[in-house]
Amino acid sequence: MAQITFVTKNKEEKVLEGTSGSLMKLATQNGVKGIEGECGGVCSCATCHVHVPEEHQAKTGEASEIENDLLELSDNVQDNSRLCCQLQITEDLDGLVVHVAN
Amino acid sequence: MDNKKSTIEDPFKEKRESCGYHEMDDQNDPVTMILGHKDVRKAAHNWKTFQSGAEPGRIVVPSEVEIRDLRQIPFEVDPPEHTNYRDLVEPWFKRPLEEEYQLKLKNIINEVLTDALEKGSVELIHDFSLVLQSRALTVLLNSEYSEAERWISWGTHVFRSEDDPLDNSKANVLADYLDEKVEEAKKNPTEDFFSVLLNSEVNGKKLSDDEVKGVMMLTFAGGRDTVINAVTNSIAYFADHPESIEFLRKQPEHMNTAIEELVRYFSPLTHMGRVVTEDTSVCEHAIKNDSRISMCWASANRDEKVFDKPNEVVLDRKMNPHVAFGFGTHNCLGATHARAILRILLELIVEKVDSMEILDSKENIEDWGGIERKVGYNKINVKFNAL
Repeated sequence: MAQITFVTKNKEEKVLEGTSGSLMKLATQNGVKGIEGECGGVCSCATCHVHVPEEHQAKTGEASEIENDLLELSDNVQDNSRLCCQLQITEDLDGLVVHVAN
Repeated sequence: MDNKKSTIEDPFKEKRESCGYHEMDDQNDPVTMILGHKDVRKAAHNWKTFQSGAEPGRIVVPSEVEIRDLRQIPFEVDPPEHTNYRDLVEPWFKRPLEEEYQLKLKNIINEVLTDALEKGSVELIHDFSLVLQSRALTVLLNSEYSEAERWISWGTHVFRSEDDPLDNSKANVLADYLDEKVEEAKKNPTEDFFSVLLNSEVNGKKLSDDEVKGVMMLTFAGGRDTVINAVTNSIAYFADHPESIEFLRKQPEHMNTAIEELVRYFSPLTHMGRVVTEDTSVCEHAIKNDSRISMCWASANRDEKVFDKPNEVVLDRKMNPHVAFGFGTHNCLGATHARAILRILLELIVEKVDSMEILDSKENIEDWGGIERKVGYNKINVKFNAL
């Protein structure tokens, strides 16, 4: 079980709990605003873009080249951008906070 | 690579790898097609240099400037105006995520499929995919189910007649229809998309009749051939690959990656153009201001720099950064509807179909300046065997 906090563009905080699957799925199943996951998690659409605060980056690790290439052309891209369909929920992510980018 | 009837080859490989672009003429308004995945996405992202808000019809290839004056919205508008239009229509085009919407689609697709199973064999393009697409469009537009009959009677090409891109008789059919429906909705407002748009505002101003028609024309035109090709090609693929039906039956958790992969492989829209707003270059090739480029989704989707085994259908492909629904600002507005149709179709095939067999077919081959691409079929008879 991991507790994950999504902070949306309008500063709303949603604290969710998950055991498996991707962060994107957790967010869409719980109606987190700004996370759409249109392509279902195959790294095609970039509608699950989040920013990961520095203190949490050790938990999420590095983006792959395919993910980075897509992020590069996304709105509101920053050094700490990730596509949350590429983040799999494990206990290691417990306490993670992400900010929705759009 | 297997060579079956449902195979869709990649004719762009040689050009993509040698120079990255391909020049073609189109009614004396040439187009430089961009072929590589990275270059295609960069061009789609760069709406300032590669604009959509040019003369109506010019970003479409073959160009439609000779057959229409109406601007398609939000498709032929650039930011910042584009954003307002897109924000207005986006919630309407996200309705396919709702359960009630999906239930309606399921009833429609189930009826078409059940009918095919009862008949035993059908010609897919006219008697399956066009019917399915038209009836599904009544759900997207929230219009009377009976309207579908009229759209079916138009045939598969709303704008283009098969041989002549300048034949405007087909374009007039749609334009006249939109005129009629807008007047009708003004007199008797309903809950359909015409009435909703007529009552909508952008920047505190009601949409004009032409703006309403512009959105409607995009909806009719953008989702017709594309959905018909996606549906037809899916069935052709499963007819040739019964093991894939079995795979999804045993492992339905791969349904999402399967849909994305089929859409990548089919790329129902080969490319989309833009008009260049300044002297620039693509792949070290000079492109002049006010000329045209296109982003070749079909070629980008087979780029071996990005996709392993690009010419194979890998139903559980995990990373699939395809651009079959376009990319960036103008990505496909109807993608949610299209994905819902394909998912429900596949689920019903898995549930009801044992096997299918392509009896005979006539391929729909496009010619882009000497490069020929199969995009689907003009005709294809398929035998359906129930589970």
